[in-house]
Amino acid sequence: MNIIVLMKQVANKDAILRINKEATWIEEGDLSFEVSESDGYALEEALRVREKLQGEVVVCSMGPQRVKSVIKDALARGADRAIHVVGDNLGHLSPYATASALAEAIRDEKPDLVFTGLQSDDYGYGQTGVILAELLGLPHATIVIEVDASAERLRVKRELESGWYQWYTMPTPALLTIQSGISQIRYATLKGIMAAKKKEVKEVTPSAEIVDRPAHQRIARVYLPQKSKQTQLLGNGDAKAGAVELAQKLHTEARVI
Amino acid sequence: MSNGIVVFIEHRNGVLNKTSLEAVAGAQLLGSALQQEITAVVVGSDASALAQEIAAYDVAKVINAGNAKLVDYTPDGYTDAMEHVVKQLDPHLVLLPHTYLVRDFAPKLAARFGKSLISDCIRAGVADSSITFTRRIFLGKLDADVVSDGEPPVFATFQSGAYRPDQARKGNGAAVEGITVDVGEIRMTPEAPFQEVKQAVDLSKADIIVAVGRGIKSKDNLALAEKLAEALGADLAASRPICDAEWLPIDRQIGSSGQTVAPKLYVALGISGAIQHLVGMKNSGTIVAINKDPEAPIFDIADYGIVGDLFEAVPVLTEEIKKIKGAS
Ligand SMILES: Cc1cc2nc3c(=O)[nH]c(=O)nc-3n(C[C@H](O)[C@H](O)[C@H](O)COP(=O)(O)OP(=O)(O)OC[C@H]3O[C@@H](n4cnc5c(N)ncnc54)[C@H](O)[C@@H]3O)c2cc1C
Repeated sequence: MNIIVLMKQVANKDAILRINKEATWIEEGDLSFEVSESDGYALEEALRVREKLQGEVVVCSMGPQRVKSVIKDALARGADRAIHVVGDNLGHLSPYATASALAEAIRDEKPDLVFTGLQSDDYGYGQTGVILAELLGLPHATIVIEVDASAERLRVKRELESGWYQWYTMPTPALLTIQSGISQIRYATLKGIMAAKKKEVKEVTPSAEIVDRPAHQRIARVYLPQKSKQTQLLGNGDAKAGAVELAQKLHTEARVI
Repeated sequence: MSNGIVVFIEHRNGVLNKTSLEAVAGAQLLGSALQQEITAVVVGSDASALAQEIAAYDVAKVINAGNAKLVDYTPDGYTDAMEHVVKQLDPHLVLLPHTYLVRDFAPKLAARFGKSLISDCIRAGVADSSITFTRRIFLGKLDADVVSDGEPPVFATFQSGAYRPDQARKGNGAAVEGITVDVGEIRMTPEAPFQEVKQAVDLSKADIIVAVGRGIKSKDNLALAEKLAEALGADLAASRPICDAEWLPIDRQIGSSGQTVAPKLYVALGISGAIQHLVGMKNSGTIVAINKDPEAPIFDIADYGIVGDLFEAVPVLTEEIKKIKGAS
């Protein structure tokens, strides 16, 4: 099984986000970055399938040079080689354009499986994988929480709403979008980190046709969410004082205790 | 000329997914503002009963798009069916509820038209006959207003809770039109949906819930939350990562993949407030959030909040509640 794993670099979960001057995105200059959570699980799943069925795991990431840190980390965890789709402003492409650029980059690899996370932690579109499947002509399944792959067939467990699940069987090649939290992600070993240095990282640039095509959706303004409730913040930064106040409020004001 | 609004109605075996009515409500609001007619679309092998049910709402028409291959949901089948309908109707706007089923096929549908979705919108407004959609980005930390440029149709999905199902207005009985849609090869074979284990705990009946999130840091620290729950006479619940890590069983998970609850008091400890968690608990009576991040989205829906370390706040809260209960 040859598997391609798509991994996106996003702002660190704990980062303080500052809106940029134009109010169209965040200030990225001084941010720290990490891999989008579900993409990490996509890689882990791919490595597990490879352990069972042999083959190759190729990680593919798109973005400026800084995404090399995501690639290096994936190679250190065990991916065999990487494709870096390079460009400075690619993060703001629509999911359709993103999927088009990725399709262009991986089509000739003829993978048996393509894994992606189910949605990114920044834009959160939740579409790139599914559109990519359509562009590559592959069947797909989303919100996958278990992969049962053999040489003969692919059976996957999907999460439905409210505690329901469903198995789907489909032919390969296929594309799966993987849910977070479904396994224990391995750490990179020192040996892995050393080995990663010798692994191939191929750089490609997306065609102008894709990058320059007018976007059909565009962010007009970014802002802090309006609160739907007037929250009483208690303690003024002193958690213990807040707790004392809270107990009183729950008793005398909300009357729930 | 592209015209009208198509709204997709989701069901399983003819049983309506209520989130569809929220999309209908959204479509009605946009329809009035844009002076556009609404066509509701039901897809299935035999969804005529549901089509009749939907005809009671204030829409111009209901289309029952049928084909024997649509007996079970598959992304291949539903994409083909909806592509057929959208091409035939040539609408301005296609609206869908942002359910797990829609997430699975709608991007593929939009891609057939060379587009993506404006997905997971929390609201939409019209000014000068152009629509602005609002969606959450960065896991709910920021909002983005999104506009659509270029040719119709525009595809958009509404997050669960964007509108209320009871906002969907009833009408005088819309016409139902049955059509047979073209469906090509279906490559995936679904098995029957199932529940993992019979849920042992039914949290929907709980009066008070103490819920823990990743902020609790380790399984050992759960004792802290247990003590608070005990003092309050509460049931213990959790966000997804806690159940994924098996620190608490899966039947204690609150949210879109787990249980939906509405206790009179919900105490969220170290939970950020991702939408998939909020949909499971936002109708609780009084909501308390303790979180060290002042920007955490959980505070958007909390009645009382403590911005600070839960490890400092919770033991004090537990003692104070014991005192109050002891005195009364
Ligand atoms: C399709 C899909 C379905 C999903 N279904 C569900 C579902 O059913 N239920 C669900 O819960 N999630 C679900 N999720 C996951 C959801 O998106 C979030 O990832 C999850 O809810 C986050 O859990 P959390 O708040 O515990 O963790 P985090 O988001 O990591 O938040 C932890 C919080 O703890 C705070 N914190 C850390 N340390 C402390 C401290 N010492 N004191 C106080 N606060 C602290 C942090 O500030 C942070 O806000 C789903 C996701 C998807 C995509």
